[in-house]
Amino acid sequence: MTDAAVAAPSPPLWRRLIGFNLLTAVILGVGGWYVGWFGAHKVVGPSLAYFADIDYNELSVYLAYLGGVVGFLIGLGFANYPVRRLLGYPPSLREKEEAGWTRYFGLCTDHKVVGIQYLWGIGLFFFIGGLNAMLIRTELLTPHNQVFPAGTYLTIVGMHGTMMMGMMSSGIIGPFANYFVPIMIGARRMAFPRIEALTFWLLMAAGVVLTTTIFFGGFPTGWTGYAPLATQANPGLDNYVLFFALVGLSMTLLGLNMIATILTMRAPGLTWTRLPIFVWGVLSTAVLMVLAAPVLIATLSMVALDRTAQTTFFVPAAGGSNYLYQNLFWVFGHPEVYILALPGFAIVLELLPVFARKPLWGYRLAVAGLLGVSLLSWFVWQHHLFVSGINGDLRSFYMLSTELISIPTGFTFLCGMMTLWRGHIRFTVPMLFCLAWFFNFLLGGLSGVFLSDVPSDVTTHGSFFSMAHFHYTIMGGLVFTFFAAIYYWVPKMTGWELNERLGKIHFWTMFLFFNSTFAPLFAVGFLGQPRRVVTYPSGLQFLNDWVSVSAFLLGTSMLIFLFNLVWSLVFVKKPAAANPWDSRSIEFQLPSPVPVHNFDRIPVFSSDPYGYGEGPPPTLVPAGAPAGRE
Amino acid sequence: MAANPNAAPAQPIDSTNHGLRVVIAWLVLSAIATPLVAIYVGPLIPPGNGSVQGQGQTFSNQVMTSLVTPVLCLMVVFFGYGLIRFHARRNEAILDGPPLRNDSRVQILWIVITSAMVLFLAGFGTYELLKDGAGGGQGPNPIAFPANHQSAFQVQVIGQQWQFTYRYPSLGGMESNQLVLPANSVIALHVTSLDVVHSFWAYELGVKADANPGVDNVAYVETKGPMLFHVRCAELCGLWHGYMYNTGRVVPSAQFRGWAAQELTIYHAIKPYVNRPADKGGAPYSHIYLPAPERRAG
Repeated sequence: MTDAAVAAPSPPLWRRLIGFNLLTAVILGVGGWYVGWFGAHKVVGPSLAYFADIDYNELSVYLAYLGGVVGFLIGLGFANYPVRRLLGYPPSLREKEEAGWTRYFGLCTDHKVVGIQYLWGIGLFFFIGGLNAMLIRTELLTPHNQVFPAGTYLTIVGMHGTMMMGMMSSGIIGPFANYFVPIMIGARRMAFPRIEALTFWLLMAAGVVLTTTIFFGGFPTGWTGYAPLATQANPGLDNYVLFFALVGLSMTLLGLNMIATILTMRAPGLTWTRLPIFVWGVLSTAVLMVLAAPVLIATLSMVALDRTAQTTFFVPAAGGSNYLYQNLFWVFGHPEVYILALPGFAIVLELLPVFARKPLWGYRLAVAGLLGVSLLSWFVWQHHLFVSGINGDLRSFYMLSTELISIPTGFTFLCGMMTLWRGHIRFTVPMLFCLAWFFNFLLGGLSGVFLSDVPSDVTTHGSFFSMAHFHYTIMGGLVFTFFAAIYYWVPKMTGWELNERLGKIHFWTMFLFFNSTFAPLFAVGFLGQPRRVVTYPSGLQFLNDWVSVSAFLLGTSMLIFLFNLVWSLVFVKKPAAANPWDSRSIEFQLPSPVPVHNFDRIPVFSSDPYGYGEGPPPTLVPAGAPAGRE
Repeated sequence: MAANPNAAPAQPIDSTNHGLRVVIAWLVLSAIATPLVAIYVGPLIPPGNGSVQGQGQTFSNQVMTSLVTPVLCLMVVFFGYGLIRFHARRNEAILDGPPLRNDSRVQILWIVITSAMVLFLAGFGTYELLKDGAGGGQGPNPIAFPANHQSAFQVQVIGQQWQFTYRYPSLGGMESNQLVLPANSVIALHVTSLDVVHSFWAYELGVKADANPGVDNVAYVETKGPMLFHVRCAELCGLWHGYMYNTGRVVPSAQFRGWAAQELTIYHAIKPYVNRPADKGGAPYSHIYLPAPERRAG
């Protein structure tokens, strides 16, 4: 660690704004956008007049945004390394690791900075997606009076779904795996720090691409983008295509980086059975990311070709097949929902031993559960197509394979429950969120039993029942554990405590109103309300109003969290203890916040981090001595 | 505070048989709750008894509901007992629990029980599906039929943005914007689409089948007595997806013949304009009706 670099007097602000940073990136991004726009104009002819509904030019949208993204990345400095290499100069190996607060606004190769960038960046788009949900519930307050025009409503629905699915795919892996996986495995960095930074900035560029779809008429397809509808849609659909392709690229790179890091950079003594379960969860998710996201990129490239080059992959009238799109999309789409769910499993299993003061029960079974879900998730995708007529004779197989997933998921439940058993459970805020996961994911899983059964699925498919089901699994499974991870780790990441009282208020309001929002939707679906409708039978108004009011209160609960975050981290700034939870995990043996190079000496592991009740806790012994129980 | 120096050594496992208590409480609660759910919640479960297939779905839904009740009871009992019995007292020094790391008997028991439930569900679902098709769209080559499906009354359901048209081939290709079906008969619904993907959902009949362009998606339903049912589009199909609904009727055979005769007169008046080849301004779907059987979906 070079303390001299920190001690050097920093240059004035205006000087620091010149260089490769977010400001330059935005300027070059806008420039690149116009280069692409007018370049396509020159190539194809008439430019897109997006206020007219004829004679538009899809290519200009794609090239504009691609130019914008490339300009944005160059402005951040992602071209420096390859260019210097090409020209024969020695490239800089570390970027901005010592640069003070400005390192958060540019390409930084410190994995801890990237983790915090992810937390705020994803938080921002999670907030936008949540606002869309509030607008959806506003529209559904009355069956017939329209708050939004039907097209606008569909765009809001599509943006909510796409934003949440795309952004929250990295919701836990992005902030927490980037920050804590290297520390947990005793490494000083990720395997590919520059790619790590790239995944974050790609995601931010993608978020802007999706948000600006409103300038191109939005898109009517929801997050699934089914093909014949996508082929006839507004140019706003091009934003959807580019958003998901960029997210797919980010996910692929993120997964590759995680796999490479975990496979190759573990400290001495960290055998596979001593690996923290969170790292196992990240590994199983990363495998899904690497294998699933490229399918999405390929599929969306075909959609883009259909829309620009007049190919007909998905146009049935010209010999294409919409089934091809549905197949390809769900080959990505079903592993995708486990990309969302698995990190939640891992967080729960990681946190329960700390707050139950017991070792993780059935470590190998828990690992088998994570890997089993990861494997089985590849064999179930056609349960999204049970009534589509795609393959009538395979429905029994997909029914069986879908139900089989409940076995490895059950492993997670068993290991979590047995870890609590006979423990000394402390109801801290992160623990409350983990316990809520059991309840939410149980209801999500049990409602999944209806959807996996073909005769029951004929009733529930495409209705609000399935919508309630996946909100229970994804919001109840991922978002609750996302908050658990925030309350557990943010004191370690920032060095400041979060207010516990506000945290508990946030938890109880969120838990109550989450259930009050989504449980009635099972009934709404059973009573026959299809998804994504702008109107519904008058008889369902009471239930819909109840749901809407609960949803607004759920949104208020999120504001309590936001207030807690800002209040604790910006105004109160109460320093956090190095180990506020008495955890035996290695990141809590380091000071808060973690120093730039994590460890002065690489630790040597002699046990897993779950040895509660098995003797004195581990100490991080410097000078290469074992960091375990000795 | 670094790693807690006050952590007491692990306590001996207390001899109370907590597991037995939980199991007994669970069995008692399940034995009470499951019949109550079956008796009081069961009759409310959709889609009701409008058709044989709808009745089958209702039965499946009831079985699922009854089956998940004991699972829910287990969780309620476990967490109710565990969180109360095993929580640390406020302001108590942090105590470590007993270092239980594994118990292969519990693991095996759990795996056996969950596997048995999964296999039962898959077997039950397959049986209910193959028995009569369960009202779901099966594609151009159905594998599950109700009895007497060879003599089924054929109706083609044609989705387009944003309405369904119903075509009766046995009535000379007569078309109507209302779906009227004869009572107590086996109906074969051939669902297709002219533009994007729709999904034909006849709620009370228990029928759901996606309407794909150029694909004949067959769903069987056996109607019972006269009734009114709602038809909705269950797949996002563009701007007015939310308004793509209407109602249909199941009527006695005599009444059906009367309705058909009336509709046929109307239809014959417009037939010359409709029944032309597609390239001469006729309806395009007259040429995609019932594609050759070897045409596979997917």
